[in-house]
Amino acid sequence: MSPTRNYQTQAIVIKQSKLGEFDKIITSYTPEFGKLKAVAKGACRPGSKLGGNVEPLTHSLLLLAKGRNLDIITQSQTIDGFLALKSDLWRISCGLYISELIDSFTMENSENRPLFDLLLDALHQLCQTDGSEIVLRYFELHLLHHLGYRPQLHRCVTCDSPVKPVVNFFSFSQGGILCPHCNSEENHHCEPFALYHSAGEKQPKNLTQDRFPGAISAKSSFPLSVDALKVLRLWQDCDYATAKRVKIKSNLSSELEQVLQCYIIYLLQREVKSVAWLEELKSHLDNHREEN
Amino acid sequence: MASRFSASLAEPVARLVEEFNKLPGIGPKNAQRLTYHLLRSPNEEAKALAEAILALKEKIRLCSICFNITDRDTCSICQDEERDHSKICVVEKPSDILPLERTGKYDGVYHVLHGTINPTQGITISELKIKELLSRLQDSSVTEVIVATNPTLEGETTVMYLQHIITPLGIRVSRLARGLPFGADLEYADDMTLGQALDHRQEF
Ligand SMILES: [Zn+2]
Ligand SMILES: [Zn+2]
Repeated sequence: MSPTRNYQTQAIVIKQSKLGEFDKIITSYTPEFGKLKAVAKGACRPGSKLGGNVEPLTHSLLLLAKGRNLDIITQSQTIDGFLALKSDLWRISCGLYISELIDSFTMENSENRPLFDLLLDALHQLCQTDGSEIVLRYFELHLLHHLGYRPQLHRCVTCDSPVKPVVNFFSFSQGGILCPHCNSEENHHCEPFALYHSAGEKQPKNLTQDRFPGAISAKSSFPLSVDALKVLRLWQDCDYATAKRVKIKSNLSSELEQVLQCYIIYLLQREVKSVAWLEELKSHLDNHREEN
Repeated sequence: MASRFSASLAEPVARLVEEFNKLPGIGPKNAQRLTYHLLRSPNEEAKALAEAILALKEKIRLCSICFNITDRDTCSICQDEERDHSKICVVEKPSDILPLERTGKYDGVYHVLHGTINPTQGITISELKIKELLSRLQDSSVTEVIVATNPTLEGETTVMYLQHIITPLGIRVSRLARGLPFGADLEYADDMTLGQALDHRQEF
C-alpha cells in the first residue's frame, strides 16, 4: 500500500533516536504499513507540539507528509500513553524489550496487522500489576506465530509421531519438538550448535554460558520438561486471561524464558540487547525484595 | 554537500569548509562564509582560533569527583567551599550544568552520568557513572540527591532506577518537577505531561 502525499495512521512508537540538534527519528509500528520510520522535527525543543506523543511506548495518531527520504510527522495526538506501565521501572523495561523484538523482526513497509494488535494488547496487559513474566512469554510465543515461526508442539518434527509425556527436546533449527529418540539420532551426526555461527559474528559479552547453559553447550536442541511443554501448548491457543491463570513456579518460569529466548536468538542470529538489562534489573529487584 | 563544490575550490579552502560543515547547525553555505571570513582576517586571529581548538582537546578532562569537564583534576564547582556539598544534582551531560547554574537557584554540587539508561541500545549501569555516584554517597555527608535527567522515557527510567537504589541508603531522592513548559499550549500537551502537571499542581 503506498500512501498519498499526506496521510494519517495509528502508530505505536517503539524507538527514537536523535537527528541533528533538535529533530528525532521516530520508529513506530503501524496497522497498515508495518514498521514506519519518520522524522519528528523540533521534537527535542521544549514546548514541541510533538514532544510526548512520539516518546517510545506511546500509542498515537500521527499525521504525516511524504518526504524525499523519510516521511515527516506533521501532527500527533496520544491515544494511549500507557501511563501505568510508565510509572514502574520493571514494566517500562518489559515494554522496551517487546518493542525491541518488534523492531528486530520486522521490516519497513510490510503490513502485519495481527502483530500490531499483539503489541497493543501486550502494552495494555503490562499496565496491570500482575503477571508481567507471563505477558512476555505469551508475547514471544505469539510473535513467533505471526512471523511464521509457530513452534510445532504436538508431533515430533522429524518422525511425526505424537509427542509423549516425557522429557522431549526443542529443536531450534526445525522449530519444534524432537522426541528423545530422534534427538539422540540427530545429535550423533550434528555438529555442536553455536548460536553465533553466522559469518564471523562475535559472541556478545552478555550472553555467556552461565546464562543459557543449555543453548550454548548442547547441540541444536534444548531439553523441555513435560510441564513446560504443557504450558507452551496451552498458551499457544488461549487468551491473556487464561494464560495468566496458570501458576508458574520460578524454575519452570526460567525454563520457558530460556527456551523461547534461545529460539528467538537463533532466528535473529544476534542478541536482543534489552535482555541483559531485564536480567540485571531482575536480580537487583529480587535482592531488594529479600532485604525487605 | 561541501564535497560537491570542492572540485572548484582550492584544497585548503575545501578542507576547512568540509570541517565546518560537520559542526552542528552549520550548513554548507555557513561553512563557506566562515571559511572566507577567516581567509580575510588577520593571521593572529586564525592562529588564536586554531590554538583554542587544540587546547580544548589537549587540556580538557573529566573532574575526578563529579565527571564534569574541567582543565584541572577537580572542577571549580567541586572545589568551591561556599557551595553546599550535601546536595548532589545528577545530570545527563556536562552541558546540562550551565542552564541549571543560570537559574541562580542551586547552590549544591553536581554529578554527570554521561548518558541515560537505554536498554535497547545496550546502555545500562556499567556504561554510566552510576557506580561512581554510589561511591560518592558512601563516604560523604550527602543528604539529598536531585535527579535532573531529561523528561524522556530514558530519563524517567534513569530517575526510577536511581530512586530505587539510593532511597535504601537513607538519602532523600528528589527530581525536577514536570509540567507544562512556559509558552506551551494545553491543547497540544501530551497525556504524561498534563497528568504530571495536574499531580504536582500548586496552590496560590
Ligand atoms: Zn521423533
Ligand atoms: Zn567536579
